[in-house]
Amino acid sequence: MKQSIDPLQLTLIWNRLIAVVEEQAQTLIRTAFSTTVREAGDLSAGVFNREGQMLAQAVTGTPGHVNAMAASVAAFLAKHPMESLHEGDVLVTNDPWDGTGHLNDFTVVTPVFHHGQPIGLFAATSHIADVGGLGFGPDANDLFEEGLLIPISFLFKQGEPNETLFNVLRANVRDPLAAEGDLYSLAACNETGIKRLIETLNEFGLIDLEAVGAQIIKQSQEAMIAEINALPDGEYNYAMRIDGYNDPIDLVCKLMVRAGAIEIDFSGTSKASSHGINVPLTYTQAYASFGARCVIGNMIPNNAGSLAPISILAPATTILNAQRPAAVSARHVIGQMLPDVVLGALAKAMPGRTPAEGTSCLYLPVLRSVADAKEPFVINPFYTGGTGARPGKDGLSCTAFPSGVKNTPVEINEATAPVIMWRKEYIADSGGVGQYRGGLGQVMEFQHARDEDMIASKMFDRIKHPARGRKEGGAGGNGQVRLASGTMLKGMGRDVILGGDRLVVETPGGGGIGDSAARADDAVRQDVKKGFVSQESAEKNYNLLSRKLSEK
Amino acid sequence: MTKARLAVDIGGTFTDVALETDRGRFTAKTLTTPRAPEEGVMTGALEALRKASLQPADIGVVIHGTTLATNAIIERRGAVTALLTTNGHRDALEMAQENRFEQYDINIDRPEPLVPRWLRLPIEERMTVDGDVLLPLDEQSVRDVLPILDAEGVESVAIGFLHAYANKAHEVRTAEIISEARPDISLTLASEVAPEIREYERMSTAAANAFVRPLMESYLSRLEKNLLQQGFNCPFLLITSGGGLTSLETATRFPIRLVESGPAGGAVLAAAIAEQVGAASMLSFDMGGTTAKLCLIDDYRPATARTFEVDRSYRFKKGSGLPVRIPVIEMVEIGAGGGSVASVDALKRIQVGPESAGSEPGPACYGRGGIAPTVTDADAASGKIMPDLFAAGAFSLDLNAASTAISHTIGRQLGLDENNAAFALSEIVDENMAAAARAHAVEQGSDISSRTVVAFGGAAPLHAARLGEKLGVDRVIVPGDAGVGSAVGFLLAPAAYDVVRSRPTRLDQLDAVAIEELFSEMFNEAEAVVRSAVGAAELTQKRGVYMRYAGQGHEIPIELHVQSTDKWKEQLTSSFEEAYTALYGRTIPSMPIEALTWSLSLSGPVPPSTRSISKLEKRTVIAESTRDVFDPQQRERTAYGVFQRDALMPGDIFKGPALIVESQTTTVLTSSFDGQIDKFGNIVLQRKDVA
Repeated sequence: MKQSIDPLQLTLIWNRLIAVVEEQAQTLIRTAFSTTVREAGDLSAGVFNREGQMLAQAVTGTPGHVNAMAASVAAFLAKHPMESLHEGDVLVTNDPWDGTGHLNDFTVVTPVFHHGQPIGLFAATSHIADVGGLGFGPDANDLFEEGLLIPISFLFKQGEPNETLFNVLRANVRDPLAAEGDLYSLAACNETGIKRLIETLNEFGLIDLEAVGAQIIKQSQEAMIAEINALPDGEYNYAMRIDGYNDPIDLVCKLMVRAGAIEIDFSGTSKASSHGINVPLTYTQAYASFGARCVIGNMIPNNAGSLAPISILAPATTILNAQRPAAVSARHVIGQMLPDVVLGALAKAMPGRTPAEGTSCLYLPVLRSVADAKEPFVINPFYTGGTGARPGKDGLSCTAFPSGVKNTPVEINEATAPVIMWRKEYIADSGGVGQYRGGLGQVMEFQHARDEDMIASKMFDRIKHPARGRKEGGAGGNGQVRLASGTMLKGMGRDVILGGDRLVVETPGGGGIGDSAARADDAVRQDVKKGFVSQESAEKNYNLLSRKLSEK
Repeated sequence: MTKARLAVDIGGTFTDVALETDRGRFTAKTLTTPRAPEEGVMTGALEALRKASLQPADIGVVIHGTTLATNAIIERRGAVTALLTTNGHRDALEMAQENRFEQYDINIDRPEPLVPRWLRLPIEERMTVDGDVLLPLDEQSVRDVLPILDAEGVESVAIGFLHAYANKAHEVRTAEIISEARPDISLTLASEVAPEIREYERMSTAAANAFVRPLMESYLSRLEKNLLQQGFNCPFLLITSGGGLTSLETATRFPIRLVESGPAGGAVLAAAIAEQVGAASMLSFDMGGTTAKLCLIDDYRPATARTFEVDRSYRFKKGSGLPVRIPVIEMVEIGAGGGSVASVDALKRIQVGPESAGSEPGPACYGRGGIAPTVTDADAASGKIMPDLFAAGAFSLDLNAASTAISHTIGRQLGLDENNAAFALSEIVDENMAAAARAHAVEQGSDISSRTVVAFGGAAPLHAARLGEKLGVDRVIVPGDAGVGSAVGFLLAPAAYDVVRSRPTRLDQLDAVAIEELFSEMFNEAEAVVRSAVGAAELTQKRGVYMRYAGQGHEIPIELHVQSTDKWKEQLTSSFEEAYTALYGRTIPSMPIEALTWSLSLSGPVPPSTRSISKLEKRTVIAESTRDVFDPQQRERTAYGVFQRDALMPGDIFKGPALIVESQTTTVLTSSFDGQIDKFGNIVLQRKDVA
């Protein structure tokens, strides 16, 4: 039956759907076991119509899940068509190509029934700390070394847990209790979403999501097209070189604006890597489209309609369209760089409205015990460097971008693992110079609390290739990894940190914008007083001595 | 004769007084005197006494609440404050959570910390997570900061060391050293203000307490002195952010616990109204001169929380303010009050607030030198306020000044006539409040439109009907003495104090006897505070536990019954599983459960309400006069009936559009509402198209 929707009702229900998925996400955070979910907010949640089109998605810390989850739901439906599902069924997978790009991300999909009919689905993704194999890190040479893969399967069948699957999971991961708890958490958040959705449908007297969904998608798509039409048609190119695992990687993009659509083509990008930094296409699409969406039509909510006008291509030979069974565990390091590339291209289409390059990749060291340790542990805290300067504003110091996750508090790390964090402070002069300064990076020092050996798995970029400035702005500071005892370490791979020594990690700074001579006197003085810019640098880069000393 | 009780609420613009006597309630409203707020308090208190023909000696208790602390933080007007922190971690206060609170806006700014980097001073010391000393306190490193404190003119110091919630010895010793050397410096220990894990939130709370403490301490002692001089020889109590009463001594040590005290009083009133009218779910809407506060009431109780964000500066968004971990009534506050100043930005958009004209100079229509147009100016220009009856006729509003300010700043720039410019200003502030209410409800996983709005505070009754239209609610209630609603709420609050202690334990390893001992310590701490407020009265104890499955990061509050310790494990398990299932659908089989934080809430008796209930006789009343008011639905000036609230009786029914004028505010019924007076004397606005 076709139901008609008036504009006011549509607005109300639309807002409500967004509220429903936000609540779904909150439930996931509140019930999660994985610290990356419960502290950092590495998760996503969304509601779909029965065709698998996304109608609303929670704004969480992970653009990497933006349309990856939408593609994922299509894969679930291809295997388990809507009419084959029953009330109480819950599906799961962590297949990187059917989900969000690496084995640690589990996506759980639950069908919604209303008056006995399937009307849509809820999906949620969260990062489970350990999936066996080598552990989270870039060192594997293929997917099989990276751990357990669960193809699209039933997690619950008509309310009954799939014990075989739970048994296999428990037998293959290092922290079975937490993994099991996190799957329950994913199922619980979808149930919360369903409960609220049904209440909403009843309140508005709707029998399904069809009419509302179609309107949401149509209006969003139209709004997005209007935004794109405001840009000059044309082809805009940009390339950015980053460190990679062993060899540098060129991320090359051709962005075409034409007829209300944006096509982003990554042809010319470097080949796939022999290590776990390859990016499945869904994840490439997610971050590339986020790069465009954060400056074009950024007030339009995410759904099938707002995402449709932006298409993303990458040849199957490149690192941005990794093919099975490539290793993909640390795909975020490369994927999170893509907004910088897209924004670089867009800078030519919309001058003065895009930020400079920034740290972009999260710095998330994995610290764990050695094999025979008395006190086994693994932690995967999230940290950030500086963002690029914004048009008319400095970059943000130690702030996640494009990811929006939170850090893990020092005290929570120390409560979870025998690790002492001795230091976590801004690094002076790490922000790229300019009229608008790049954000600062930070330095951190980690030591085993009982002076035992521990393993650090590193997946850090921008150590050799810093974030570049725009319009005469300087580059941000490089990242750096070393031992307190003096040895410099590589950005990628595993090292044993000997008991008593410390792992020192410096995160990069963001690039600056504009000529540093044009920086406001007061901003230069504040930077020096705060120690964000050293006296030497202020004299050299900002002509401190020739500036007026009028203010106290 | 029972002794009368006096409540005083200082807001950003007005100081409100409610005096409860056995002959009824008397109220007063006077302008806040920001340079010496105690002057406004005394003016208002004496005026209420005069109306009631009482003397200071007739007063049994003075209850006080204030937003002075909140405003000092929002306007960054606190003390020059330093933060002494564990070496290597001085930037925790500024790095905060390293995230962006708005994912799709590249131009957001993170909140500026209350302590600048040059006053975040590292101290050599380190505790472990278990509270063991990893590095002993280097006392010389503490003495080394003294010259910096002197040179920078530091008035207040917060001490926040890592893991001090587990062992505060280093913080205590550091405080001793500072206070011996600089006895005039005010000291705040993070381990006392917010003894909970997570360094950023704890340090943020300590910094905020330190930032407002000298100001609040000096103010409270001046006020106490003034009260004594005037002959108020009675207990002097403060209302806390959690809606309970506490002693002056506690308030002086932990002024951060007063940060939302005025609004908390309003929420107490809203909950009382909810009980009266039997509306379990309400939206409490409190709009004063500077800000608007919105609070959800469910099951007749205001939502509570253990953390609060002061100064959410980015469209009221979570994460854009400064977190403080204190027991609070959960509410959202935005810069939308009668004094909120309007301007037109570069994109020709009208912006209203958060800047407020306050009471000095105040809105243009006050005729005290204010030239910027405010919400009150728009209310006056659009006809909603009778110029001669504003604030009980304390002064007359200058309508010409209001119109001039609005035309000059808004009308001319946007090409709007006088009526439409005033309407546009009003409409923006109402939309801001509606957006905040919706966002707040979403965060709480709740719904707005099915609620009843209860409106109080000087400006709320003027805007409640339009807000109700925007939120789609059917009923709006304006209680008696709505203009001084928070102060009325103070009179309904019990003396209460909450204590929390972190003592993590798995439930299967629970040592209930040890925890019972912990509870008795907590009881003693709370009893000392509550007894100082209520003397020998009977106290009610409520115990709670924050529990989760071992390995999760967020807890759910569970009530622990006062019972013999051998029953604890069983009760906590079943209560937890029940609550978990209700929230999240199903429990997790064979997952161990843990208890983290134990809480004790001790309260004195709830004061009796003296409000009389009349027998209801329905009677339709017609306005004797009308006034032209700009109506948001009709988009033109429409004849509004004018009623005097004093003249309306319970049972009276009247049609909108109308104005109901009382001494401290005016209730506006837009054309979509009708009204009646219920048996408690509340004005009830009912949407016309809803039966």
